[in-house]
Amino acid sequence: MEWSDEGIILGVRRHGEANAIVELMTAAHGRHLGLVRGGGSRRQAAALQPGNEVRANWHARLDEHLGTFALEVTAAHAGRLMGRAHSAFALSHIGSLVRLLPERDPHPALHAMLATMVAHLDHQRLTGMMIARFELIMLAELGFGLDLERCAATGGRNDLLYVSPKSGRAVSRDAGAPWQAQLFALPYFLIAEVAEPPLPEDVEAAFALTGHFLARRVFDPRGLPLPDARASLLAALKRPGG
Amino acid sequence: MPRAVAGPEIERLIQLLARVPGLGPRSARRAALHLIKKREQLMSPLASAFGEVLGKICTCRVCGNIDVRDPCSICCDDTRDPTLLVVVADVADLWALERAAALNARYHVLGGTLSPLDGIGPEELNLAALVARVQGGAVSEVLLALGATVDGQTTAHYITELLRETPVKVTRLAHGVPVGGELDYLDEGTLSAAIRARTSS
Repeated sequence: MEWSDEGIILGVRRHGEANAIVELMTAAHGRHLGLVRGGGSRRQAAALQPGNEVRANWHARLDEHLGTFALEVTAAHAGRLMGRAHSAFALSHIGSLVRLLPERDPHPALHAMLATMVAHLDHQRLTGMMIARFELIMLAELGFGLDLERCAATGGRNDLLYVSPKSGRAVSRDAGAPWQAQLFALPYFLIAEVAEPPLPEDVEAAFALTGHFLARRVFDPRGLPLPDARASLLAALKRPGG
Repeated sequence: MPRAVAGPEIERLIQLLARVPGLGPRSARRAALHLIKKREQLMSPLASAFGEVLGKICTCRVCGNIDVRDPCSICCDDTRDPTLLVVVADVADLWALERAAALNARYHVLGGTLSPLDGIGPEELNLAALVARVQGGAVSEVLLALGATVDGQTTAHYITELLRETPVKVTRLAHGVPVGGELDYLDEGTLSAAIRARTSS
């Protein structure tokens, strides 16, 4: 068995003295682990860091084997991203979320989004927007997507301002007005492209929304808390300069 | 499977030695043979030293270092600067910094770095004791001597945030060109870190 693919390093774990097990998010083969021979060496330490983009060649005798990776770094982001608190925590949080996906299940859209994100995570104002959108997509990929296209009460597609904390469906301004205090705000950047990075309060509202559904639908049923890195990321995003 | 060339006790010695970092089955066999040949000069004192250390070894309740006394030799050393606290991930890092002899400070050993892949969160690290030491009042600077890896730097950011409300100055080791390093052999991450941290000469 053999394939080649583009991937982004999610994590690296030492295996014995000389080798490492590397976890990649690949374009066509999903989240995939493999052994890198010599991956525990100092020579490869800089290349095998989370956030780096790689060209991966995987081979194994049988498909169900762990297999071995030969990796070539195509874009080294880790050195740049680990210097800022918000981007370091974002990398860690992304890894925790992607790790919820089953192994070897292709998610090409997620890979493409990850590639865009790792290239821009050092921009603090973009990071909040990108991670909130990513959490929304992760909910959908895990089978718990929110319906943000039409109003749950009227069926209308315009003026969607709220989200129901129970159903995860959008609610329009008029239909939601009486229950405004019980509903989540729906920041515009979660449902449409925006020309400018969103305001900090919109980012905060987006994280309140995605955090509620991630906890309730994904982490609580697994008996897990939300990742520590998420709280650290949100705190770092609030600080000027990250 | 290769046939045993010695009795089970010697084979067991070889198997145990092969688990030591830096030794494989072949080098363990060589080491065992060397010990056996030099049993009076080397094997006997080594066995005594192992037994002695095993009976006394403990983890320092102040800093997390490993020593044969608690508090450890470093924490008991009054000649060290009590205002500078160097935070390291592991005892091996503490020993490396001591070899460099560039600091006369006290240490705090975290016992690892934050690593979601390995399931190491803040609760698994020796962080509560660090905060307690800093709040104790004697420390004025905390130097985060953690690895230049994503996990190491994420841990450094986390500790910086943890100590934000305390009056201590939090510093970090610089990243950049190592001594003896040639630029054309360095990776892009190290080069860009070195350029960002450039100094005027």
